[in-house]
Amino acid sequence: MYNFDFEKPSTIADAVSALGTEDAQALAGGQTLLPTMKQRLASPSKLVSLNGIAEMQGICTGDDGALCIGGATTHADVAAGAGAYPGLAGLAAGIGDPAVRARGTIGGSLANNDPSACYPAGALASGATLVTNAREIAADDYFQGMFTTALDEGEILTEVRFPVPEASNYQKFEQPASRFALVGVFVAKFADGVRVAVTGASEEGVFRWTEAETALSGNFSAEAIADMAPGSDGMISDLHGTAAYRAHLVGVLTRRAVTAAG
Amino acid sequence: MPKDNGIGASPKRREDVRFLSGTGNYTDDIQVNGQAYVHFLRSDIAHAKINGIDLDAASAMPGVIKIFTGADFEGVGGIPCGWQITDRHGEPMQEPAHPVLAQGKVRYVGDQIAAVVAESVEQARDAAEAIEVDLEELPAVVDMKAALADGATKVHDDLTSNLCYDWGFVEENKPAVDAAFEAAAHVTTLELRNNRLVANPMEPRVAIGDFNRATGDSTLYTTSQNPHVIRLLMGAFVLGIPEHKLRVVAPDVGGGFGTKIFHYAEEAFCTFAAKSLNRAVKWTSTRSEAFISDAHGRDHVTKIELALDAENNFTAVRTDTHANMGAYLSTFAPSVPTWLHGTLMAGNYKTPLIYVNVKAVFTNTVPVDAYRGAGRPEATFQLERVVDKAARELGVDPIALRRQNFITEFPYATPVAVEYDTGDYHGTMDALENMADISGFEARRKASEARGKLRGFGVNCYIEACGIAPSNLVGQLGARAGLYESATVRVNATGGLVVMTGSHSHGQGHETSFPQVIAEMIGIDESMVEIVHGDTANTPMGMGTYGSRSIAVGGSAMVRATEKIIAKAKKIAAHLMEAADADIELKDGAFSVAGTDKSVAWGDVTLAAYVPHNYPLEDIEPGLEETAFYDPANFTYPSGAYACEVEVDPETGKVTIEAFNAADDFGNIINPMIVDGQVHGGIGQGIGQALLENAAYDENGQLLSASYMDYAMPRASDVPFYGVDHSSQTPCTHNPLGVKGCGEAGAIGSPPAVINAVVDALRSGGHDIHHIDMPVSPSRVWQAMNG
Repeated sequence: MYNFDFEKPSTIADAVSALGTEDAQALAGGQTLLPTMKQRLASPSKLVSLNGIAEMQGICTGDDGALCIGGATTHADVAAGAGAYPGLAGLAAGIGDPAVRARGTIGGSLANNDPSACYPAGALASGATLVTNAREIAADDYFQGMFTTALDEGEILTEVRFPVPEASNYQKFEQPASRFALVGVFVAKFADGVRVAVTGASEEGVFRWTEAETALSGNFSAEAIADMAPGSDGMISDLHGTAAYRAHLVGVLTRRAVTAAG
Repeated sequence: MPKDNGIGASPKRREDVRFLSGTGNYTDDIQVNGQAYVHFLRSDIAHAKINGIDLDAASAMPGVIKIFTGADFEGVGGIPCGWQITDRHGEPMQEPAHPVLAQGKVRYVGDQIAAVVAESVEQARDAAEAIEVDLEELPAVVDMKAALADGATKVHDDLTSNLCYDWGFVEENKPAVDAAFEAAAHVTTLELRNNRLVANPMEPRVAIGDFNRATGDSTLYTTSQNPHVIRLLMGAFVLGIPEHKLRVVAPDVGGGFGTKIFHYAEEAFCTFAAKSLNRAVKWTSTRSEAFISDAHGRDHVTKIELALDAENNFTAVRTDTHANMGAYLSTFAPSVPTWLHGTLMAGNYKTPLIYVNVKAVFTNTVPVDAYRGAGRPEATFQLERVVDKAARELGVDPIALRRQNFITEFPYATPVAVEYDTGDYHGTMDALENMADISGFEARRKASEARGKLRGFGVNCYIEACGIAPSNLVGQLGARAGLYESATVRVNATGGLVVMTGSHSHGQGHETSFPQVIAEMIGIDESMVEIVHGDTANTPMGMGTYGSRSIAVGGSAMVRATEKIIAKAKKIAAHLMEAADADIELKDGAFSVAGTDKSVAWGDVTLAAYVPHNYPLEDIEPGLEETAFYDPANFTYPSGAYACEVEVDPETGKVTIEAFNAADDFGNIINPMIVDGQVHGGIGQGIGQALLENAAYDENGQLLSASYMDYAMPRASDVPFYGVDHSSQTPCTHNPLGVKGCGEAGAIGSPPAVINAVVDALRSGGHDIHHIDMPVSPSRVWQAMNG
């Protein structure tokens, strides 16, 4: 790890200001950033911790019924406190291990947008709104490929607003070593249709499987997508699974998620 | 009632108090006054010519003391290989030079280009990044068969090819074996890979070199399973330091699994640099470094053929194996695919004719050497897989086919040069069948099928050669070392004992189990015995711990030394009681005169030995301390039968282990709890190999699974509660304890059971599959099911 400066502001405004330094980097739970720095693969000049900002912590229900989760809320807190949205609470409860869940945050995960992370699937399938210090971004506009988001330099993800679906479920098939999602599928059934988001599978990062959404919006049952799987073009192929295997798993996990969502 | 003391008792491991409370003393816990730190700049290219190394910028960096390169080691010895194989034509193996730091070329990702010694680790690392290395990339040699093709790029330019040796065993048997295949009623053939593994001990390697300018003595603190071996290899072959000027200390060591047997360049570097700089030099491996610098294990590609007659008797076995040596020969690498593998190809069966061919190959990969089981897992896996396949082809019960071919009379001389002293293969199979509830399997399979899962049952046997090894025999086979063990037993004046053993405990529990033996022999409490190991300054020359040898060889040395103690103590007791030596009996910690009520306590005798006021000084010396060296007459041959039950999710290919039962014959057992633990750990590693672990290289020689993000280690949720039975005990006939050793059995015996079960499950689902290579990851299983 290289040397760096460290600041822990208590307001979003101070954090934004602190991030104005060249090569400054926001530090959320640090579950990706700190190992990367230890490997000397990242060398921020300054870390700005977001963990001291009270307004970025916690879970509440918005006027429109959406579940609003502060960007610095840990996975463990979401697992315990998002009972109003069981599919999302279940997703949070399955991330990493207890130590990771105690430190890692929803904002950190979504800002990093690891192609195998769980939260991007939850946010995209929910049609969540990602709130920053500057604006509100629809999930459909936010995810822009592996490790790439709509966030600008120095922009902080302060809150995520999740519309609560009628039924939902997240199915993760773990990569045997990392226990990240080899493939993860989040299914959310809303009054106006079904959204299906897939993580872990695509070289473009999290994506919506619209073919399944259409089929499920007409008939929310595993049978409606019985033999369906997305094409394997553009799927990740690596030591742990071929593109064809991942495409197949998308179908299997979507059916399981639909069945589990009930 | 179970014993609570001595042989057969299960006292809790006394060393665990410090291991579990964070108060152990591991090598990295040692801080030598004024120590500097070294960081190794390692190649990130698998094969390249070093055109130049520019140290100017790096040398000027803060805290840098000195940067070493291969040029600093010209005239210094290379890392030696401890075993020479003679090939099937009578020629010695090809043995490349192995410099401490790379000279001229780098040959694997991880090869050391330079070593930066600085005031802190971070400064050393910063400076290493400023070193400018001009590497001219060469084609990487990765695939073993391609490496042997005509015109293949050579890993070592001064060798004739990438072939280390072409070994035939037993070469004279080959025509008869070939003839047996011609005459066979049935031949079963299987091609498989024994996957490359990274040992991953919990504690990464550490080395601290120290030099005392006043005495001229060097000290190396290191994470080793065998400090005396390191002292000999490094002192005699690399640095030219005689043993009396070199001390090697291996304190608490957090797991070895074989990979801490070997002498590594980092150890030689730290010792060399400490003398050169007149400062202690410390190296602590990171986990990332461990993946590309600890010797790997396994990595065999094998074709095995089994010939049977019309009555399903095994008539011959023939194998063709390519064994990966990596870029250089690690300490015992050449012995693993040969003498630790070929000699085990009879397994538990009376197959009369066997021929084993092994081609050892150099590649641009991390050196490969012994890993828990070392050669024996490779032998067991291929044999037990081909027997299972034969049973399926012939439509016979896999257990019945095995039983039909079991060796039943002992001693049994195999056609592959070893003689099994004892065993009861039907006995362990009986115990296994009792545990595994085979009759209930069909109901369990139906229950699984009702849940949409495929269920499979797999069984296998194993035999291993442990208690390594008779020195004269291994000398004939090419070992450049003896393989005896030593012990000094020191009795203190007030009766307590200290055993200084050449064995080394790095998780095995010697500090608990060894005292049980002495407690039994003398009739005292185990708490009166302390075990000292791991320091060449205070233990007799010993060969260390590997090959399930500690209790069989090291324990036997301790018994011999204790027998000498008892014999001398009896003389003292006879003097004290004015009786004849021959009439003295030792029982429950007291000496008595046979047929009388005269008695003196153990402590009275030991006190007399050191306060010899009333003492037969004219006949014997004062004091009570004896040393023994024990060289075994034969290997020991633990054996057993294992069964695994799996469920396969046909939709995803995911395999889960539903049950695992192990019936082992370890001969006599000192501490059943520790033996259970050894079996549990071994099976865990075997399941890891079968389901999860895979050191995979790409075609450029990059290790794809170079961290825990991609290298899957078994976790608690991956393994079931094990059934373990060691009631079938046929004591070893040639060591005084009748013990066989238990450290490697689990890792040897478990992978074939897992794969046999997976194949059984898939076949039950209508898939015509005979084999899937390890690890049977979900994607591989799904691929196999879906063509």
